[in-house]
Amino acid sequence: MRRRHIILAVLAVTVTVSRAWGGQLEDTPTAEELIKAMDANLTAKTQILTSRMVVHGRRSSRTIVSKSWIVGTDKAFTEYLAPPREAGTKMLKVGNQLRTYSPQTDRIIQISGHMLRQSLMGSDLSYQDMMEDQEFLSAYEGVVEGSELLNGRDSWILILTARETGLAYPLRKAWVDKEWLLPMREELYAKSGKLLKSVQVRDVMEVEGRWYPKVWVFKDELKRNSRGTEWIVDEITFDVPIPDSRFTKAALRK
Amino acid sequence: MLTLKLALRNLIGAGTRTWLNVLVTSLSFVLIIFMSGMYRGLIEYAMRIMIATEIGGGEYWHPLYDPEDPLSIDDAHGLLPPGIAAQVAQGRAMPVLVIQGSMYPNGRMMPTLIKGIPPGQQVVDLPTGDLALPRTDRVVPVFIGTGMAQSTRLQLGDRFTLRWMDAEGTYDAVEAEVVTIVDMENFKVDRGQVWIPLARLQQMAAMADEATYAVVSRETDLLLDTGSWLARSVKHLLQDIVQMVQADQAYAKSMYGMLIGLAALGIFNSQVLSIFRRQKEIGTLMALGMTRSRLVGLFTLEGGLHSLLALILAAVYGGPLLYLAASRGIPLPYEGADIGFVMAKRLFPVYSVGLLVGTTALVAGIVTLVSYLPARKIAQLKPTEALRGRVI
Repeated sequence: MRRRHIILAVLAVTVTVSRAWGGQLEDTPTAEELIKAMDANLTAKTQILTSRMVVHGRRSSRTIVSKSWIVGTDKAFTEYLAPPREAGTKMLKVGNQLRTYSPQTDRIIQISGHMLRQSLMGSDLSYQDMMEDQEFLSAYEGVVEGSELLNGRDSWILILTARETGLAYPLRKAWVDKEWLLPMREELYAKSGKLLKSVQVRDVMEVEGRWYPKVWVFKDELKRNSRGTEWIVDEITFDVPIPDSRFTKAALRK
Repeated sequence: MLTLKLALRNLIGAGTRTWLNVLVTSLSFVLIIFMSGMYRGLIEYAMRIMIATEIGGGEYWHPLYDPEDPLSIDDAHGLLPPGIAAQVAQGRAMPVLVIQGSMYPNGRMMPTLIKGIPPGQQVVDLPTGDLALPRTDRVVPVFIGTGMAQSTRLQLGDRFTLRWMDAEGTYDAVEAEVVTIVDMENFKVDRGQVWIPLARLQQMAAMADEATYAVVSRETDLLLDTGSWLARSVKHLLQDIVQMVQADQAYAKSMYGMLIGLAALGIFNSQVLSIFRRQKEIGTLMALGMTRSRLVGLFTLEGGLHSLLALILAAVYGGPLLYLAASRGIPLPYEGADIGFVMAKRLFPVYSVGLLVGTTALVAGIVTLVSYLPARKIAQLKPTEALRGRVI
């Protein structure tokens, strides 16, 4: 928390000082500063959040409610609360292993291989996308390409390139809001440069002194006529202690 | 000769009873031959098509490859061991690389297997010629089967996006174009998969020179030393299909038993009735000097001749029917892929000489046996009692 405040303060001072000098070029923060600021907003030691995922199908939409407990970028536990068909389904991510528990079958299944690329509950998100939540700074190096208005708000355009091979998306383009320091739109590209997915933040909220996305829209750009999947964060708390027992296989059956 | 003449005269003299028995026995003949022919046709077709389009003279598998386990595919790729690589270099085997991916035909996402095959290969009967045609763009040429074309609603020349994750775990995507659509008659090389040039897939997946399995040509023997890779003979690769048919044949055999049982029951019944009714005739023949064993032989022959007449009748009406089925085939009401079996749209029964001779011998043997069993009682008869018609 303290580290995040220092980073945000340094970035604010940098921007203010450079604005005082009056040069447009000097106004531009470095990519690393922007990435650090984004990470500071988006990641925390721990997070507990309640969210709704709205999956839009061709004919109808369905809403899946879940509660998640997250420690850093390595551990995550999600329990689905609604609709009744999904209620009781749990998902545990520890490191690069993902396991799901279904109360209907009372079985724990490890999601691996090609199953990771399958859609998460019919949404535009894959299990692999769920696994990819590491800090931007450790995974990508960036270049600030300039700035432009996105939905009427001033944003930096940030090009992120994978630091090493093995990342699902080797190239990202992000529009980072100059005030909120959040990626308000992201485009995720394949190795060949083809646009695969987009992520848009439609609403933000201020929680515990940081800006955090309230409504995200994930879209598989290869699907025609896709309306995307909305992910709405209803409640979130940061840096609350979570016992290690939450992230065990036994917790899946509880 | 006298016995044969008597037997024939008595048999034909029995009229409707004889012809009903002959008809039932001939039906058994025709149905047994037809059903056995169907099973044989089913197996022969499946084996022929699988050998031609899929398994050739056998396969070598990467040690982690299990075609029945999709989870194995991600890790099942590697360089060919030297012996297999030499066979590939001589054109006596061809490597195939398999990866999991997704395709977006008409903007819909569908999981698919992406298979890399050497263009223009001669090892199996797959239409890889068009994959070798030079292209000026970066679009990947693809061939698919008619089943896949139907489920994806793709037509010749259609383009779609292929997406996959390479060996390093990075997503990639490219445009692909359907250059060939062929009815491959084998859903195992058709449904849920697209075929692209091997070198292109190796490059796309960052798996240079690697393969998942290799198919050996029909004229080539499998190597004894395959390194860490597994040699799979034709027999091994066909065992599932043979076992499936064999399991179903148990049901067919019980049907054969019922058919033969019906025919045998009719003949047994008429033999018992015949001996009961013809006691005075039996007594007369014995009084005139016919020995008991000859009399038993006469009645057994009468019964046994049912099978001869049945064979002739079966040949008269069953022959053309069986020939018609074998030459024109029988349309099947369902797709083989729906039941996990390589099947043609029309099934052509196969009748072998062994099947014809075996069925004839089986039916004739059983009919003769059931004719003999009641006739044995004649051996215990006294001529005087028989003449009075009181004994049996």
